[in-house]
Amino acid sequence: MTVLEVHDLSVAYGVIEALKGISFAVEEGEIVSLIGANGAGKSTTLRTISGLLRAKGGRVAYKGKEIGKLPPYKIVELGVTQVPEGRRVFTRMSVLENLEMGAYTCRERGGVKAGLKRVFARFPRLAERKNQLAGTLSGGEQQMLAMGRALMSRPEILLLDEPSMGLAPLLVKEVFSIIKEINADGTTILLVEQNAHMALSISGRAYVLQTGEIILSGSASELMQHPEVKKAYLGD
Amino acid sequence: MLIQQIINGLTLGATYALIALGYTMVYGIIQLINFAHGDIFMIGAFIGVAAASIFFHNFFLILIAAMLACTVLGVTIERVAYRPLRRANRLNALISTIGVSIFLETFMTVFKGPQPIGFPHVLNNATYRLGHTEFSSIQIIILLVSILLMVGLQGIVRYTKTGKAMRAASEDYDTASLMGININRVISFTFAIGSALAAAGGVLVGIYFNSVDPYMGVMVGLKAFVAAVLGGIGNIPGAMLGGMILGLAEVFGVAAGFSSYKDAIAFTLLIVILLVRPTGLLGRPLQRKV
Ligand SMILES: Nc1ncnc2c1ncn2[C@@H]1O[C@H](COP(=O)(O)OP(=O)(O)OP(=O)(O)O)[C@@H](O)[C@H]1O
Ligand SMILES: [Mg+2]
Repeated sequence: MTVLEVHDLSVAYGVIEALKGISFAVEEGEIVSLIGANGAGKSTTLRTISGLLRAKGGRVAYKGKEIGKLPPYKIVELGVTQVPEGRRVFTRMSVLENLEMGAYTCRERGGVKAGLKRVFARFPRLAERKNQLAGTLSGGEQQMLAMGRALMSRPEILLLDEPSMGLAPLLVKEVFSIIKEINADGTTILLVEQNAHMALSISGRAYVLQTGEIILSGSASELMQHPEVKKAYLGD
Repeated sequence: MLIQQIINGLTLGATYALIALGYTMVYGIIQLINFAHGDIFMIGAFIGVAAASIFFHNFFLILIAAMLACTVLGVTIERVAYRPLRRANRLNALISTIGVSIFLETFMTVFKGPQPIGFPHVLNNATYRLGHTEFSSIQIIILLVSILLMVGLQGIVRYTKTGKAMRAASEDYDTASLMGININRVISFTFAIGSALAAAGGVLVGIYFNSVDPYMGVMVGLKAFVAAVLGGIGNIPGAMLGGMILGLAEVFGVAAGFSSYKDAIAFTLLIVILLVRPTGLLGRPLQRKV
């Protein structure tokens, strides 16, 4: 089943056209990555899917249902949750409160507790620091918190915007292996990255975004061998 | 003498604080200075007067009636006059708050006349003496009610789901909506609470000075705004602190012989503090706002 379908999407900031009619799809259970350089339009794509930005044209569908006109909170309720670029944890709130905010849409009794148990099992460091202010965490810990927080809503599809940003290589490895685990547990993933090498290494398929247009797409292994990708994004 | 002034200052400061909270909470979330907030305080006082004739002078029922009515009013005003301008230039919404302010003042002038009216007798004004210190039961009630409301507010903001959502939204609006928080609901809730507190302030001040008029919210509102800025706009404990400091400064200023400059004290204090600490006493040096 197609979880997320973006069709001919165009988005502009005033006169600046950030997306010029891009199309792609994510099937259930996949890890799909969207790679591209600085300013290619990656964050714009995710922000539009999440409802923070309104498209100028085209459509976004979640499980066949058009979501392009919904407010962000309704999109989260449907099962589409984003980990924003730069982590954006609530620095003046405790780790626990951050996670509770992630579970804001949860209505079942005991749902938050169960969610915390799951997240703490995956990120034991967060359990140790649950009463600390999120602003006092290290960059890596904040990334874990941002991911844990997003998982609290039990998303069907997780949108990740540059989870490797500003992290030391060892931490990047850890983050990516966690993404793989999350996917193995049944969450579909759309990953946005500048770090094409890492992204391709865990993805099934990928799209290459350049100045608002998708210029290449295919399986991750194909793209890794593609001369243009090698030259522009893999630094070979 | 000193204790006397402190009690007077805290009484005045507590009412400033109640009103300052509304400015600061709204600013914290949508960076809007709601110039109509002082008029909600005024409407609260008038509703208190009206309620006094219904509720047989029961102070608590009067207080609750004014708070509920202003909750509805505040939420409605936001819905009708501010929300449609949310995505427009910030100046537009600011002008809209001034428009609402003028509307409320003019409406009450037409409806009730410009002359101050007295507040029906709802509290027995006993005066207590402790050595040279003299304070009235009304002062004690003002202090107690204000403190109770502020403690209640802190409880809501710290421990309830909506209160936490308020804090999240005031730190990072976009990310809060990515959590599935319905920001419009949070904003309505913020206006509801801010208006209820202002209404309580209106009833208390109306009783204290035994005077209610359509323009009573102008100077008090301006001073409460100063209190909010003093404490660091957007910061809830800051608004409480700012209100108390302002109340004390005014009372001590008058006692020191500057009574003709009473209203100038607030603004002088504001200028001095902003020169030393531009973000206010408890304000954060740099806010991450997008
Ligand atoms: N708020 C904004 N106002 C105006 N232009 C913007 C805004 N945000 C992004 N842009 C422009 O839109 C284009 C795409 O930006 P976007 O943030 O989507 O890129 P990105 O691929 O996420 O880049 P990065 O890797 O740096 O995060 C860029 O040219 C950028 O300058
Ligand atoms: Mg980006």
